Amino acid sequence: MRKEEQETIEVTLQTLASEVQKQKDLGSRLVQICCARIGDDFELHYSFEREATDSPFKFTDLKLVTDGGSPIGSVTGIFFAAFGYENEIADLYGLKIEGNLLDFKGTFITTSVPYPFGKPAVTKKEGTS
Amino acid sequence: MSRQVVVPFGPQHPVLPEPVHLDLVLEDERVVEAIPRIGYVHRGLEKLVEKRDYKDYIFIAERICGICSFIHSVGYSQGIEALMEIEVPARAEYLRTIWSEYSRLHSHLLWLGCFADSMGFENLFMQSWRIRESVLDVLEETTGGRVIQGSCKVGGVRKDIAAPQLEQMKEGLKTLQSEVDDLVAVFSDEPTIKSRTIGVGVLSKDEAWELGAVGPMLRGSGVRKDMRMLGYGAYEHLDFKPVAHDAGDCYSRCLVRAEEMSVSIDLIRQAIDSIPEGEIEVKVKGNPDGEYFSRVEQPRGEVLHFVKGGGKKNLLRHRVRTPTMANIPALVKTLAGCQMADVPVIVLSIDPCIGCMER
Repeated sequence: MRKEEQETIEVTLQTLASEVQKQKDLGSRLVQICCARIGDDFELHYSFEREATDSPFKFTDLKLVTDGGSPIGSVTGIFFAAFGYENEIADLYGLKIEGNLLDFKGTFITTSVPYPFGKPAVTKKEGTS
Repeated sequence: MSRQVVVPFGPQHPVLPEPVHLDLVLEDERVVEAIPRIGYVHRGLEKLVEKRDYKDYIFIAERICGICSFIHSVGYSQGIEALMEIEVPARAEYLRTIWSEYSRLHSHLLWLGCFADSMGFENLFMQSWRIRESVLDVLEETTGGRVIQGSCKVGGVRKDIAAPQLEQMKEGLKTLQSEVDDLVAVFSDEPTIKSRTIGVGVLSKDEAWELGAVGPMLRGSGVRKDMRMLGYGAYEHLDFKPVAHDAGDCYSRCLVRAEEMSVSIDLIRQAIDSIPEGEIEVKVKGNPDGEYFSRVEQPRGEVLHFVKGGGKKNLLRHRVRTPTMANIPALVKTLAGCQMADVPVIVLSIDPCIGCMER
């Protein structure tokens, strides 16, 4: 089988915005943002694709690991298309994402269980659905 | 400035088979802004990966969607196979490619019918769906399932297609090609369709790229990107060029899908001509460890299956980024400035699949 070459760059809460901006400057498109809960931490993946000299589909993933204690800066100011993914992560994982340009404030995805992918102890605030 | 009013579009609407909602901010008949809302039927299928064996989970991955089901199972399998360095037999790769292209054909025919229906062109809708039946018949004859095939597995495929049946399929492609040609001629030349789609819902090349659009939405704006160019499955051995049109309007997106049907027929023909003999699966031992983003081209565009294993039989995470999710920002962009009467046509022009998106 043909396995795609994929580059992974580790980022922190402090370097996330600048690394995303670098991708924008390189001419990348935002492929997706997703989250995975690994033990007590959350692993966010910001995936990009661009045309490079060695590949027309150069795939780069920015990996951010956070304990969820501090808010994550939104990247919608750089890639507006991130708004759906950030709302999804906020609704499913209970992570706080600050500065989303189209913030649905917990109403993007309606779930019967609050934050079904989040830490078991996390509960939704009153007033959000 | 005229007074602004907000008109809800959906979640139940004659043109929408599945629930999605748009708040349309209108000034007279002109849409100023569209705010999407999804999540009415979110199923949380991805959560099940924590409790199911990664080999059995393919049945769930395939049920993410009732239209592009087979290609979901291919995307998931390829992710696991990449993690575990599994070499899938060449014949299995060809069979996956053949079934993937039949899936694309029936999905595009379904969409063309729905698109015609959104304009009130009922007999064209019925004609598209009549042709689609013959494609579903082939899927049923070769896999046993019209909607859910269940023939893809980690390490290969479950079913083979015998040589006489492959020849029979090849003969059937001649009739299908002729019917598709007639259908495409109507979609390309019919004044009713042109008047409802040309110059409507325009998305420029730069906007399509910037907003992360995929599939016919991206290629309809002139970007020649198709995940099949990555060469997964048997595509690396087949002669394939993506279909693209530059205008970026609903007509462009319609033409991309219409013309892609002939490309799919050609790919199936090439695959039948060059399919090698041999095994159709390999034994899979061990458990996946590590992470991989598996990307394949669905009828609606690039789908991404992220798989993350921790060396156990249950994966830590399976995430699917569906084409519809990627096309929502582009949809919002194309709706701004359009006429209220064009909203159903523009919404359908992204070929929304809410079942996929609400996996």
